[in-house]
Amino acid sequence: MEVIVAIIVGVLFAVGIYLILTQDLLRIVLGTSLLTHAVHLLLMAMAMLKTGAAPLLGREADEFVDPLPQALILTSIVINFGVTAFFLVLSYRAYQKLETTDMDRMRSESSRHRSRKGGRRS
Amino acid sequence: MPKGSDIFLQNVSKVVFFIILAFALYLFFTGHGSPGGGFIAGLMSAGALLLLALAYDIETVRQVVPVDFKLVTAVGLLIALCTGTGALFFGEPFLKHAFGYFDLPLLGKTELHTALIFDLGVYLAVVGVTMTILLTIGEDS
Amino acid sequence: MSLLHLLALSPFLLAAGLPLLGRAAPRLHRGWFAAALSAILFAALLGYSSNVRSGSSVTESFAWIPSLGISFTLYLDGLSLLFALLITGMGVLVAIYSIAYMNDASESLTRFYVLLLIFMGAMLGLVMSDNLLTLYGFWELTSITSFLLIGYNHHKHRSRYGALKSLLITMTGGLGLLTGFVLLYVMSGTYQIRELMDAGGTLVSHPLFVPAVLLILLGAFTKSAQYPFHIWLPDAMEAPTPVSAYLHSATMVKAGLYLVARLSPVFAGTAEWFWFVSLGGLITLIYGSVAAVKQTDLKGILAYSTISQLGLIMCLLGLSSLSVAFAGEESLLYAAAGTAALFHLLNHAVFKGSLFMIAGIVDHETGTRDVRKLGGLAQVMPIAFTISLFGALSMAGLPPFGGFISKEMFLEAVLEPLHAGVFRLETWAALFPIVAWIASVFTFVYSALLVVRTFLGPRKPALERKKVHDAPPLMTLPPALLAVLALILGLFPGLVSYSLIRPAAEAMMSHIPASGERLPGSIKLWHGWTPALGMTIGVVAAGIPLVLTARRWMKLYAWIPRRMSINRFYDASLLFFERITVRITSLYMNGSSRSYIKYILGFMMLVAGFILFNATDVTFRVGAYAVIAPYEWFIMLGLAAASLAVPFAKSRPVAIILTGTVGYLMTLMFVFLRAPDLALTQMVVESISVTLYLLCFYHLPKLRTESQAVRFRLPNFLVAVAVGVLMTLIALAVLGTNPFDPVSDYYVRESYESAGGKNIVNVILVDFRGFDTMLEIMVLGVASLGIYNMIKLRRKATDIGSRHVSHEGEDADEEAAQTRKSLYGYDGPRWRSDDAAEDPERAEKLKIQESPELPGAESGDSSPDKSETPPNSHAEGGDRDA
Repeated sequence: MEVIVAIIVGVLFAVGIYLILTQDLLRIVLGTSLLTHAVHLLLMAMAMLKTGAAPLLGREADEFVDPLPQALILTSIVINFGVTAFFLVLSYRAYQKLETTDMDRMRSESSRHRSRKGGRRS
Repeated sequence: MPKGSDIFLQNVSKVVFFIILAFALYLFFTGHGSPGGGFIAGLMSAGALLLLALAYDIETVRQVVPVDFKLVTAVGLLIALCTGTGALFFGEPFLKHAFGYFDLPLLGKTELHTALIFDLGVYLAVVGVTMTILLTIGEDS
Repeated sequence: MSLLHLLALSPFLLAAGLPLLGRAAPRLHRGWFAAALSAILFAALLGYSSNVRSGSSVTESFAWIPSLGISFTLYLDGLSLLFALLITGMGVLVAIYSIAYMNDASESLTRFYVLLLIFMGAMLGLVMSDNLLTLYGFWELTSITSFLLIGYNHHKHRSRYGALKSLLITMTGGLGLLTGFVLLYVMSGTYQIRELMDAGGTLVSHPLFVPAVLLILLGAFTKSAQYPFHIWLPDAMEAPTPVSAYLHSATMVKAGLYLVARLSPVFAGTAEWFWFVSLGGLITLIYGSVAAVKQTDLKGILAYSTISQLGLIMCLLGLSSLSVAFAGEESLLYAAAGTAALFHLLNHAVFKGSLFMIAGIVDHETGTRDVRKLGGLAQVMPIAFTISLFGALSMAGLPPFGGFISKEMFLEAVLEPLHAGVFRLETWAALFPIVAWIASVFTFVYSALLVVRTFLGPRKPALERKKVHDAPPLMTLPPALLAVLALILGLFPGLVSYSLIRPAAEAMMSHIPASGERLPGSIKLWHGWTPALGMTIGVVAAGIPLVLTARRWMKLYAWIPRRMSINRFYDASLLFFERITVRITSLYMNGSSRSYIKYILGFMMLVAGFILFNATDVTFRVGAYAVIAPYEWFIMLGLAAASLAVPFAKSRPVAIILTGTVGYLMTLMFVFLRAPDLALTQMVVESISVTLYLLCFYHLPKLRTESQAVRFRLPNFLVAVAVGVLMTLIALAVLGTNPFDPVSDYYVRESYESAGGKNIVNVILVDFRGFDTMLEIMVLGVASLGIYNMIKLRRKATDIGSRHVSHEGEDADEEAAQTRKSLYGYDGPRWRSDDAAEDPERAEKLKIQESPELPGAESGDSSPDKSETPPNSHAEGGDRDA
C-alpha cells in the first residue's frame, strides 16, 4: 500500500504545483489545498501504514500506528484551514478591487487603478 | 450571503443544529480518552452554526449567539495561556499538566485533568476563528 | 572589558545617546559633546604614554566570538598610541571648529555628530585592535561613516556621486583586504597581529605570500588614496570642511599607512613589499603634487596635496623596510626613513588640518573656494593669512617648521638606496631622489600658489562688495593652534620625538628593539650641510621662478588628454556594470511570482535529487508493505482521479467541488489508515472550506471575459510532473531509510502513565506538544484578524492611507524608470504578460479593455472603487460602511 500511497502523493504534488503555476487565483488557492493533502499523505506514509490499531489505549491491542504524524497532521489541517481562508479572502478582495482573478492582468489593472486616482488628485 | 428560503432545510436544521452541538460537546469531553478534542469539537460547533447561517441567514446566527467571535478567540487564547502559566506557580515547566481521579456525585469515578481546561481554550479559539472568518465573508458577499 | 575597551567604545556609546542628550539640552550645540569626549579620550590616552615610552605595550583581551577565534583584543603600543592621539587630538579641534562651522537644523546636526563619533570610535578601534578581523570590521565602518559624511548634503548630486565613489573604491579595497587577511590566516593559522609577527619568517616562502601582499596593499592603497585609486579623494571634498579636515586628511586616509606600518614587521625584508610600497608611494607623490598645481578649488588643491603627501609617507614606509635587510649601523640608517614617515605623518596632520580649516573659513566668509575668484584677502583676513602662511610653509618644507624637518629626513632617506645593494636597487635607486626632488618642487609651487592666489594680489570686485573679515574666535582657534603647533614641532621636535615618534617607529620596525638596540630618538632642526639641505635650496631656487611664471606654463595642463583619465574609466565602468546588472537581473527577475516559484522548485529538485541519488545510505524499500483491501483501491483511485480532474475543470464551482471531493476522500483514507481524529477533523474542515470557497467565488458575478479553463502550458506541466516524481521517490526513500528509532514509542508508553489520557493523539496535542498547539491557535487567531481587517476595515484604508502611499510608490517607480532610461537607454525590468506575448488576439483584447476609462469613474470620491466594483458586491458594502 505504501508504494501506491507514494504514487498518489506524487500525483497530488504534481497537480498542486501545476495549479499553482496557472494564472487563475482560485486555482492557485485550490492548488495549495491539494499540496496540503499531499503532505499529509506523505507524513502518514513515512511512519509506515497500518502497523497496528488506532492510537487509542482503550482498545485491546499490542501494536498501535504511530500517533506522532497524526498529531502533526491534525495541527496541519487546522492551520491549513486558516491559511486557505486567508488566501481566499485575499483573492476575493483582489477581485473586488481589480475586477480580475487573473494573475497576469492584476498588475496592469492595479497600475490603471492608481493612474486613475492620480488624475483625481490633481 | 443569500437569504435562505428552503423550508425543508430550515426545519431540518432546527433539529440537526442541536444534534451537532451535542455531538460536539461529547467529542470535546471524551477527547482525552477516545477520538475527539478541542479542535474537532470547535470545528464541529462552528459547522453547526454555519448550517444555521445557510438555512436562515447571518442575522439569525447573530441572534442565537449574540457574542463577538473575535472576543471568543481572545478568551480562548487567554485560557490556553493561563493554563500553561498556572504550572509555573507550582514550580513546574510551562504547560505542564496535572490530573487526578475523583469520586463525583452522579458521575462516579471521574478523571479531572488540567489538559481539559487547555482544550477548552483551544475549543473557544477554534470556534471564534472559524466563525469570525465565516461571518466576515458571509456579510460581505 | 577593561578601561581600554571602554575608551575605545565610548564614542559609540555617546553616538547612541547623542539624540537624547541633544533633546535634554536643546540649546547646547551638539559639537560640545563630541569635543568634550575627544578631549577626555585624548587625556586618558596621554596617560598611557609613559608606559609606551619605555617600549612596553598594553594589551587587553576580551573574547568576542571564541568559537571562531575572534577576540576583541586591544593592543596599545607606540604606533597605536601615535595614531590614537592623532585621532582624538584632531577630534577635539575639529569638533570645536565644526561648532562654529556647522549651523544647520538641529536634526541633521545630530546626524552629523553621531556619524562623526561613530567614525572616531571606528578609527580608534582600528588602530588599537590586535585581531585582523576586528581591524577589518572597524576598517569598513570607517568607510561607511566616510560615505555617509561625504553624502551629508545628500540633496546635492555631487555629494552623492562623491560618496558613492569613495564607498565603491574603498570597499573594493576592503574586500581585497579581507581576502588578504584570510590568506594570512591560511598561511599562519592566526588572526592575531602579534602572533603573525612571530611567524613572519615562515610566511615569506609560502606560495600565497605574494597574493596576500598584493591584496592587503590593495586595501591600504585604496584607503590611503594611492595612485591609481586616488580618484575618490578629490570628490570626497564635497563633505563639510570639518569632515575633510578630519577624515580626509588627518585620520581615515592614514588608516592605509597605519596598516602598512603595522604589518611591516610581517612583510618587511622582501623585495615585493619594498617595491610595491615605495614605488606606489613615489608615483602617488609625483602625480599628486603635479596635479595639485592645476586645481582651482581650494579644497581641490588640498585634496591632491594630501594624495601627494600620503604618497610621500607611503614611500618612506617602503624605504624603511630596507632596514630589515641589513644589520647594525646600516639598519639604523634605513630605519631613519621609518622615523621620518611617522614624523611627517604627524606634521602633515597638523599643517593640512590648519589649511583645511582656513579653506573652510575662506569659503564661509567669501562664499567661494575658487582661487580664480579670490585674491587679496590678506588685508581683510590677517589672522587667516598668517595661519595659512604657517601651514603652507610647513607643507612646502621650509624652516623653521615641522614640515621642513620631516622633508629633510625624507630627502635624506631617498638618497640612501643609492648605497643599498639589494632588490636590484643598483639599477633603479637613482629614480628615488630625482622623482622626490621634482615632486618637492611642485609641492613648493602649489603651497605658494595656494597662499598667493588666495591672500595676495588684487582683490576681485565681487569680493569688494561683501564685507569679508576674519572668522569668529571659535572658528579661528583650532587652525591657529595647529599653526602654532607646526612651528613648535619645527623648533622643538624633541617634544614628541622621544615620547611619541621613537616608540611608534620601534613598534613598526620591531627587529631593531628585538636586536637589543634603540633607534636614535633625537630629531633636530639643523642637520648640518647635508645633501638634503642642498636639495631643499634647489627646490626653492627652482620653485620661485615657477611660481612667478605660473600663469604661462599652467596652460600645458590642457594638453593632458581628458579622455584617458582614470575618472573617465571609473565612470564608464560603473555605467557598464550598472547596465549589465540591469540586463542580467531583468532576465530572471521579471516580476512574475510564477517564475520565482519555478526557480524555487528547480533548486529544490536539484538539491533533493542530488542528495537522493548520491547519498549512500538511501535505499528504496520494496516489499513487506501493508496489504490493500479491495475497497481501498477504489478510494485511492478516486483520490488520484479527482485530483487529476481539477485542472481540467471548465468552471470554478466544478473545480471547487472536485477539490472538495479530494478532501472527503482524504477523510476516508484517514479512516483506513487508523486515524479517527484526523478523519473527523478533515471532514468538518472540508465542509467548512467548501462553503468558504463557494461563498467567495460562487457568488461573485460572472467574471467578464476571462477564460475559465486552465490553458495548457508545457513548461509548467513539466515542472509539475518532475516535482511529483521527485516527491514519490522521496516518499519511497523515506520508507526504505530509517536510521533512527521513532520517538513515538515514548508517547505510546507514557500517554496513560504520566499524562492520564488514552487518546494518544490528543494527549500529544494538548500535553506533550502543548506549546505547539498554543502557537497554532495563535496563528489561527492572526489569520482571522487578517481576514477581518481585509474585509471590514478597507474603507478607512482607501480613504486615508493607501491612496497616499500608492502615489508615493508610483512616483518613485516612475522616477526610477526615467532615471534608468536616461542612463541606460533601457527602463529596467518590465513585467510582461505571457499571454499577451503568446496570443496576439488576447493581447488585443487586453488593450481594448484597458484603454477606455470606465464612465463614472470620477463620481464617487469617498470610495474610489465604488464605481468599479461589480454592482451587487459594492452596493451592500458601500452602503453599510458609508
